[in-house]
Amino acid sequence: MSGVHAHTVAYVRDTMLDQKEPPSTSVGAIGWARQNLFSGWFNTILTIIVLGLVAFVLGNILPWIFSPTWNAASLSECREILAAAGSVSDHGTSGACWGVINERWVQLLFGFYPSHLYWRPILALVLLCVALAPILFASSVPAKLIYFSALYPFIFPWLLWGGTVWGPLAALAGVVIGYVVYSVLSERVNALLGLIVGVAAALIWWFVLSGYVVDGLSSILPIGLETVESRNFGGFMLSITIGVVAIACSLPLGIVLALGRQSDLMIVKYLCVGFIEFIRGVPLITLLFVASTLLNIFMPPGTNFDIILRVMIMATLFSSAYMAEVIRGGLAALPKGQYEGADSLGLDYWQAQRLVIMPQALKISIPGIVSTFIGMFKDTTLVSIIGLLDPLGLSNAIRADANWNGIVWELYGFIALLFFVICFAMSRYSMYLERRLRTDRR
Amino acid sequence: MKKTVFIGALTVAGLAAGAAAAGTMDDVKTRGKLNCGVTTGLVGFAAPDASGEWKGFDVAVCRAVAAAVLGDPAAVEFVPTTGKTRFTALASGEVDLLARNTTWTFSRDVDLKFTFTGVNYYDGQGFMVPKELGVSSAKDLDGATVCIQTGTTTELNLADFFRANNISYEPVPIETNAEAQQQYLAGACDVYTTDASGLAATRATFENPADHVLLPEIISKEPLGPLVRHGDDEWADIVRWTLYALVAAEEMGISSANVEELSKGTNNPEINRILGTEGNLGEMFGLDAEWAKRAIMAGGNYGEVFATNIGENTPIGLARGLNAQWKDGGLQYAPPFR
Amino acid sequence: MTTITDQPKSQFRLSMLLYDTRYRSATIQVIAMLAFMLLAAWLISNTAQNLAALGKPIDFGFFGERSGYDINQRLLEYTSNDSHLRASFIGLLNTLVVAVLGCATATVIGIFVGVLRLSNNWLVAKVMTVYVEMFRNVPVLLWIVFTMAILIETLPSPSAFRGETPEASMNLFGSVAVTNRGIYVPEPLFSRGLGNIHLFGDSSLRFDVSLDLIAILVVLGASIWAAIAVRRRADRIQEATGTRPTTWYLTLGLIVIPTLILLVVLGFYLGLPELKGFNFSGGTHLRNSLIALWLALSLYTAAFIAEIVRAGILAISHGQTEAASALGLRSNRIMSLVILPQALRVIVPPLISQYLNLTKNSSLAIAVGYMDITGTLGGITLNQTGRELECILLLMLIYLIISLSISAVMNWYNESVKLKER
Repeated sequence: MSGVHAHTVAYVRDTMLDQKEPPSTSVGAIGWARQNLFSGWFNTILTIIVLGLVAFVLGNILPWIFSPTWNAASLSECREILAAAGSVSDHGTSGACWGVINERWVQLLFGFYPSHLYWRPILALVLLCVALAPILFASSVPAKLIYFSALYPFIFPWLLWGGTVWGPLAALAGVVIGYVVYSVLSERVNALLGLIVGVAAALIWWFVLSGYVVDGLSSILPIGLETVESRNFGGFMLSITIGVVAIACSLPLGIVLALGRQSDLMIVKYLCVGFIEFIRGVPLITLLFVASTLLNIFMPPGTNFDIILRVMIMATLFSSAYMAEVIRGGLAALPKGQYEGADSLGLDYWQAQRLVIMPQALKISIPGIVSTFIGMFKDTTLVSIIGLLDPLGLSNAIRADANWNGIVWELYGFIALLFFVICFAMSRYSMYLERRLRTDRR
Repeated sequence: MKKTVFIGALTVAGLAAGAAAAGTMDDVKTRGKLNCGVTTGLVGFAAPDASGEWKGFDVAVCRAVAAAVLGDPAAVEFVPTTGKTRFTALASGEVDLLARNTTWTFSRDVDLKFTFTGVNYYDGQGFMVPKELGVSSAKDLDGATVCIQTGTTTELNLADFFRANNISYEPVPIETNAEAQQQYLAGACDVYTTDASGLAATRATFENPADHVLLPEIISKEPLGPLVRHGDDEWADIVRWTLYALVAAEEMGISSANVEELSKGTNNPEINRILGTEGNLGEMFGLDAEWAKRAIMAGGNYGEVFATNIGENTPIGLARGLNAQWKDGGLQYAPPFR
Repeated sequence: MTTITDQPKSQFRLSMLLYDTRYRSATIQVIAMLAFMLLAAWLISNTAQNLAALGKPIDFGFFGERSGYDINQRLLEYTSNDSHLRASFIGLLNTLVVAVLGCATATVIGIFVGVLRLSNNWLVAKVMTVYVEMFRNVPVLLWIVFTMAILIETLPSPSAFRGETPEASMNLFGSVAVTNRGIYVPEPLFSRGLGNIHLFGDSSLRFDVSLDLIAILVVLGASIWAAIAVRRRADRIQEATGTRPTTWYLTLGLIVIPTLILLVVLGFYLGLPELKGFNFSGGTHLRNSLIALWLALSLYTAAFIAEIVRAGILAISHGQTEAASALGLRSNRIMSLVILPQALRVIVPPLISQYLNLTKNSSLAIAVGYMDITGTLGGITLNQTGRELECILLLMLIYLIISLSISAVMNWYNESVKLKER
């Protein structure tokens, strides 16, 4: 064929030409811009419009942000500084008054927590990261750390609220007692009976016996931290505490609810479905109203525990319904073969859940759990509506200070920025995890 | 996971339930702290400062009571409450005393079952308008947009006032004073209505206070005072007479500066009775003799409290007006201490 | 999950309740039921005791009492002389209004942004990413108060429209006024109107139905039905002969002319807003609070919907795009005819939960003073009557009903678009 070709054509090049440089308009910055910004008339128009928009927004915001008011002690001082600097528009001075952030940022972070004890919430946060590491970055930390994670739920409240060290230890003892009873009974008698009696033993320990033991021990060996009442919590510390407590407590609740919803037992199933749908069907704010006005009516006469604990209870119930749905998704995503495999090994229901199903289902659900946490954390701002001093509530309280009356944007901006940083970091982590999980399964 | 705390809370609650029957005062004394309900923030009346310490006119009442009962004006836990949560907080025992610029009304006293222990500020609902509108009376406000703070009696008074005068208006309900102020300044409403004290306090922080006027109409009576639960008269007495002690102290010239000196004994028997050098007034309601002295030392007498928090030398700059002593033509009148 | 069954045994022993898998599930269920009933009984008896101690037995009588407060943004007429029930009803309608408007707007913005995030224009894709991340990672409550503050601070107040040389002027040939109190738009009025039907007499649920509106809807419906008939006929002709008759002028005429005639008969004109006294009067007034809430909820939810849409589009295999372009479709037609319809199946289920979230988030209206059901029943009514239990339980019930109805409707839709697998 080629021979024919060569004969019919007068001239055929028989040497390869050197590769040419691409035209200068298609490489480098210009080429990139042509390809990505100005490919075709429509894209060009779009680019110009968007550029104009960005320039307009930045042009309005940037001069406002760069304002020399960091050291002002009141809004009127800010106005003086701005007037002296010449940034005056027709509606008065224009420019941010950063003095309020300078004076109040510690309060926005820690609320009314005693300032000499700030190390405690900070330590709790650092330890939280350590405790989460074996769960979140399982591949790159020693596996033994999981034992610390198991202890952390008892360290966390002790660090934040303080009090005698025997309280968390007694709570831990309850878990141990329950477990021992369960394992002895389930070996000797029956797993279900063991579970019931174990839980009952733990409950009896927690609600009846531990009080005396703690009192006794703390009078003999008074080791403890200075007590901080939860109404001193505020600002971002309050948001994070509510978020973490709600998510941590809702995880076991959510597992139980998800299993209940999947279960063959009709009554259990409908109770779980009813609870989940009820909680998911009402706005969080109504649940917070319940916490702030009704919970005392539902409790035995004379019971009274403070509003932050009540809010934590409601937030836990709220997120447990969402958690149940996330975990149910994880359960549904498991191939049916896993269930059948567990059955064929002769595992009973709880063994199958504990050894086969849950570890895998929970692993798949971690991104969902993280986004539930982000949602919960953002929703903690709602507590400002019932009068708690979270960052948003504090911003109102700060504006009630005669010095700062009239400040709007600076506080909102600061709060929004902090929320953004935390939530953005978490959502990026969750995306990274999703990618990793996807490759794992392939 | 946090059960320790819950159990702790429950046991404390159990103790509290037992103690509640024994009376609020014993309860407060066992606890060593007074739980006092305040606003989440109102200029001059209650707001936390940068170090987290609450300051203000209502806060001073709490501190005086704490000083009288516990001997320490700092032994107060401030519980911020909203218009919605304040009564529940008091009724459920979450707070021992509510000092949250609350208007004394029949239904709150009788139907909601609270006891108002006096009036620490006589207020009334007023209107503020920009000067450039040229309005001189609230009756000229036909068709105006009015910013109101919700959760109070304000919106009812307003509806009644405009209805009675047969003029129309456009209500803009707003949760907090700070937001209302913002809307008013931006011209999103023509009029801002709330308690006159709040209006004056708000106006004082404007960039140009002189551009705004308060209209002469005061459309309601708003006696603001601290309140406690019905049925614990001993506790109500303590709060009531602590407040009166501050008022009487001003009348008799007892101030935080001279209380130490006067408590060594004077020629005026009533001063002696208040300060505990004569008679046994404190003993009668279960306190020691120096209760009133401590209350006065906490923040000064009524006049001093007024002057430091909302008086004419503060940025808020309220005149005494109705809240002057009865001798000066005001309504503050303490019954005799005998 | 357990499939093991024990050997049937001849006689029943008590221990079989625990050991025998046939009876064990019944045992567990009975225990669960008992525990639940005990819990419920405990809560109810506590409540009863506490209410008795407070002297506030459950009583919904307060609903009939005079409410005493005014509501600015409302669909139906209402004065402070009406009952609390009427106020709650107005609030409920306001909740529904903002939920419907918000869902519609959020869907449109969300699809738009989701598609643009996949744009090959780098700048547009990045700006959209910034938008999505900004809104997703900041609490919605903050966005609501932020939006309100922006509206108040940047838009002109009505006084700016006043004077010889006003700073601001009305838009769209003087028919729309955009102020920081809200937007005033022209309202349709009829000089020879047919009047209203009053439904439910004088009760709290009374509302008027405009006969004009009904007439217009009926005529419009008939026109559309006729237009569809014309289209069907064109389809038949196309199938039979291969050429499609031109019908657009017929369709246009069928839809426009009868309605126009009816409007002329009814004496239709637009009531324009004009500056009178303190405010604009005439026209329809969309309050700032409604706009701020609507805008903030839409933008916030749209950021989530955009991500859902993007994921849905990415879930469609690239082969579909290639096949469509092999058929000669242009890229916007590929998106609208091939990709989006398939992506919709992936998109709809998470979209439902976003609609639910938006509806529930609308309860944050109290932050900007929009009188929705939380602001009326759960707000001022509760404050004035002191009936926390009744108000809040009713409030929750109403939200529950709304949520369940939304998910029922959307699930039904989801079933109907689901891939019919054989």
